[in-house]
Amino acid sequence: MSRIDINKTYKLFIGGAFPRSESGRVYEVKGSDKKFLANPALASRKDLRDAVVAAKSAQAGWAGATAFNRGQILYRIAEIMQGRSEQFVEEISALEGVTSKVAKLQIEEAIDTWVWYSGWCDKLSSIAGSQNQVSGPFYNFTTPESLGVVAIFAESKPSLLGAVRTLAPVLAGGNSTVLIASEAYPLPAITLGEVLATSDIPAGVVNILTGKTSELYPWVGSHMEIDGVDVAGLSKKQEEELRLVGADNLKRIARFSAINHPERILSFMEQKTIWHPIGI
Amino acid sequence: MSEFDYASAPESKAIANIASNYGLFIGGKFVEPKQGKSFNTFNPATEELLSKIGYADKTDIDAAVKSARLAYTRVWSKMPAKERGKYLYRIARIMQERAREFAVVETLDNGKPIRESRDTDIPLAAAHFFYHAGWADKLEYAGFGNKPKPLGVVGQIIPWNFPLLMLAWKIAPALAAGNTVVLKPAETTPLTALLFAQVCQQAGVPEGVVNIVTGDGVTGAALVNHTDVNKIAFTGSTDVGKAIARSISATKKTATLELGGKAANLVFEDAAIDEAVEGIVNGIFFNQGHVCCAGSRLIVQENVADEILEKLKKRMSLIRVGDPMDKNTDLGAINSKEQLNKIHEISNSGDAEGANRWSPELKLPSKGYWYPPTIFTGVSQSHRIAREEIFGPVLSVLTFRTPGEAIEKANNSMYGLSAGIWSDKGAKILWAARQLKAGVIWSNTFNKFDPASPFGGYKESGWGREGGRHGLAGYLASEAKVSK
Repeated sequence: MSRIDINKTYKLFIGGAFPRSESGRVYEVKGSDKKFLANPALASRKDLRDAVVAAKSAQAGWAGATAFNRGQILYRIAEIMQGRSEQFVEEISALEGVTSKVAKLQIEEAIDTWVWYSGWCDKLSSIAGSQNQVSGPFYNFTTPESLGVVAIFAESKPSLLGAVRTLAPVLAGGNSTVLIASEAYPLPAITLGEVLATSDIPAGVVNILTGKTSELYPWVGSHMEIDGVDVAGLSKKQEEELRLVGADNLKRIARFSAINHPERILSFMEQKTIWHPIGI
Repeated sequence: MSEFDYASAPESKAIANIASNYGLFIGGKFVEPKQGKSFNTFNPATEELLSKIGYADKTDIDAAVKSARLAYTRVWSKMPAKERGKYLYRIARIMQERAREFAVVETLDNGKPIRESRDTDIPLAAAHFFYHAGWADKLEYAGFGNKPKPLGVVGQIIPWNFPLLMLAWKIAPALAAGNTVVLKPAETTPLTALLFAQVCQQAGVPEGVVNIVTGDGVTGAALVNHTDVNKIAFTGSTDVGKAIARSISATKKTATLELGGKAANLVFEDAAIDEAVEGIVNGIFFNQGHVCCAGSRLIVQENVADEILEKLKKRMSLIRVGDPMDKNTDLGAINSKEQLNKIHEISNSGDAEGANRWSPELKLPSKGYWYPPTIFTGVSQSHRIAREEIFGPVLSVLTFRTPGEAIEKANNSMYGLSAGIWSDKGAKILWAARQLKAGVIWSNTFNKFDPASPFGGYKESGWGREGGRHGLAGYLASEAKVSK
């Protein structure tokens, strides 16, 4: 008789730990062949709130780390992902129904995405900040700063790359995040959480929830401690509703085309301008 | 009159030349509103009628947007950027030529001291056009891609506190980036915008590139909701800003919002005290406190609080309140009865909640709308006067013991527009500047503005920046973002 595999329990990732949903709920995820794959957690409003608390308390530390340090940690994520490639290949192939070769290309692009954004951390203020020549004896400069807590609705497909290309720029800007994995293809996002847990990124900077998008997005929209939202994984209709309730605290809400671009970082940053007189 | 009082030095009104009535400026011409409705604009210092102003409704807004669209597709978007820039230079020059006239009209319509309209509002407005004129043919070097594109027709709504300056903040970058505009000035201060329309005529700006529609909140809402407007730029209250964000939530429109503030002005024990006192006065009493970034929360280190307050009161006793046309006046009229009532209402809550009010003894004019320079001490963070934007000459004073406490109090606000830091220690200033959640930080200075310096808020103080390279982003199509 062949050996029976040890299957993984897919849990949430909140504050550096892997809890089940406080609601005790799970939902069934099947592969492209309709066979059972896993029962990931069905996150509740309370789980979202817990994740935001974790993100909020971790944010100042992450933003306060040197940009060089943040860049090294994002690079470290790429290193750990490289070593875990095989696991991602299996998950992506089973979920998306693509060949190992296609899955591998997606993983490689995701790893390279981490490397690309890693390099931006300590260069961003050079290209997006400025020293402003005001008419008077003042030193005046503008520099980008982190926004705060950013929620991300990850794209469904490509499942891993979709999560990484939304997550990496938000982290590069010094924000902490709550990433809501694609409802249909959540498994690579959770495994990504396991990568993050071993990659020196401080606990709480990234929190990952799985569950029903339709249930979670109204709570994300109305949560007053969430400062920005990447709506990649929402429908147009859901995005409109989120924009409507998100106006209550003027959330910065954005959807991007499927490219890597510094604007993805800067859209979730604020620009601070500082004046000081010059004189003796 | 004591022997050291200033003799009055009134500016002449003769240069103002205000017409008895004004139409809407649409398609390069002044036209009557379709429904023939109008409203009055008054001098808030005397309550005298200045002029009758055309009231734009939905159909007028539609005509203005159509004219802006036509100008965009047929003329403005096709014009070489270099030529576009020349129109902006012309506008800047004509504004400088007619600066005194603008200053007088602004002061008559707004109530601000002539010294401020003459030395701050008008020169800065002209400088804004001159600065942005130079950007028109250099946009591809601004860091927004090789071929930055304008958005199209922009709807712009501005407040009454800096009427012409806010117009310049809105129109100059929009035109430089290649957009055409429909701008609605505030209901109580339409005159300098209508004078600006004449400047556009003198400058030969192609018809429809700039349209000025006058009216009230209903007029503004019609502009926000017009389906052929690509972008909204608004300066005003946070409540209206949120309403605009809701109105456009299911559209492709983008927005920049410059909203309210409740700026913390932090004074550390090692500050140059006399300079700090001047900065506190400038921070809250400039423009009658009708400033979104006013330093309305003085947060002062406990061991220097008594000294600061004593000097502040002495300094406040020297503030000259009265006729805005007098060149000696420091504090002019409150812009409207409505605003005066609002200042009374929130300030009275300060008394009711147990804070201690102080104002210098002075006699306010019998006609017009006035409020004395006022400070509240014994203010706690939960008081309305510490949380809500008063938009008047009213300062709330809080104290702190440690730098950490100062930052915590400063950031304890839904707003994040500006903040001030007074200290003689460079490292401490930079430390505090980094901690403060605000878009503009004035260290050892306050209320400084410049076309080259980006302005805008964190949190519920708004979206985006105005001025500088950063301000251009709001008027150019994004490279990476997908609009709905």
